[in-house]
Amino acid sequence: MDWTWFHRFGSPPHLYRLAGTLVPWFAWPAAILLAAGLYGGLVLAPPDYQQGDGFRIIYVHAPSAWLSLMAYSTMAVAAALGLIWRMKVAHAVAASCAPIGAWFTVAALVTGMLWGKPMWGTYWAWDPRLTAELVLLFLYLGYMGLRAAIEDPQRADRASAVLAIVGVVNVPIVHYSVEWWNSIHQAPSVMKFGKPSISWPMLSPLLIMFVGFTLFFAALVLVRVRGEILRRERQSRWVAEVVAQ
Amino acid sequence: MSDFLSMGGYASSVWPSVLLTCAIIAWNVFAARRSFREARAEARRRLAMENAP
Repeated sequence: MDWTWFHRFGSPPHLYRLAGTLVPWFAWPAAILLAAGLYGGLVLAPPDYQQGDGFRIIYVHAPSAWLSLMAYSTMAVAAALGLIWRMKVAHAVAASCAPIGAWFTVAALVTGMLWGKPMWGTYWAWDPRLTAELVLLFLYLGYMGLRAAIEDPQRADRASAVLAIVGVVNVPIVHYSVEWWNSIHQAPSVMKFGKPSISWPMLSPLLIMFVGFTLFFAALVLVRVRGEILRRERQSRWVAEVVAQ
Repeated sequence: MSDFLSMGGYASSVWPSVLLTCAIIAWNVFAARRSFREARAEARRRLAMENAP
């Protein structure tokens, strides 16, 4: 098998340039899909037979929660690659994921609270899924705090990578909490085995939002990873060349 | 239009959720670009210092 692509991908100047080229290819489709998904969800989708128009929060809540878990999984995998193969760019990817994931964890939590108030009668319950998602926020904050506290970038990369990898155990807990324990939270309607349990006119804007959020996350990581690479490579010859342009 | 804005009585839940999510999306675009620009400016400063006589 030809592994040169793998080494090229691990080369900081190559990833820096590749990321710069790829950003618009993710960002613009993401913008279009987010606009289309929101329009479809808020305007075109029919009201729910139980929750009326209140269910439309799903179109921002579920994709935010999805992004919060996707960002953590990406961060943990990148951190593991960085630790095992000492790939600098992998650590740069991991560091890029954290602030994005933290923000969308906040989005998932707050939109969930706003949804919970009319449907459950309370903003918050110490329910398995809600609690696990809150733990996810603390993991992100702990990861970023640890990075900020360690001056030396290489040591910060290694220490925070261990935290990211240990914390990944929380991702399946968030996802399966509604099946493992009695939860106030409704069971998954899309992200499960078998057919989705919601109708196509309701489902299609949601799927568009999921794809849009995924592309949006990729675009954000690509922008941030370029900065992270510059911070790690500031002594290199190639950095002097690219920033002088 | 007012039907749409009232969200069947759930306006106070739906609209803050949508606005917050849109605000977080916009903030993330801004923050990611700022993070990259800061790193580039820092690299330029460093380069200028090294090249100074």
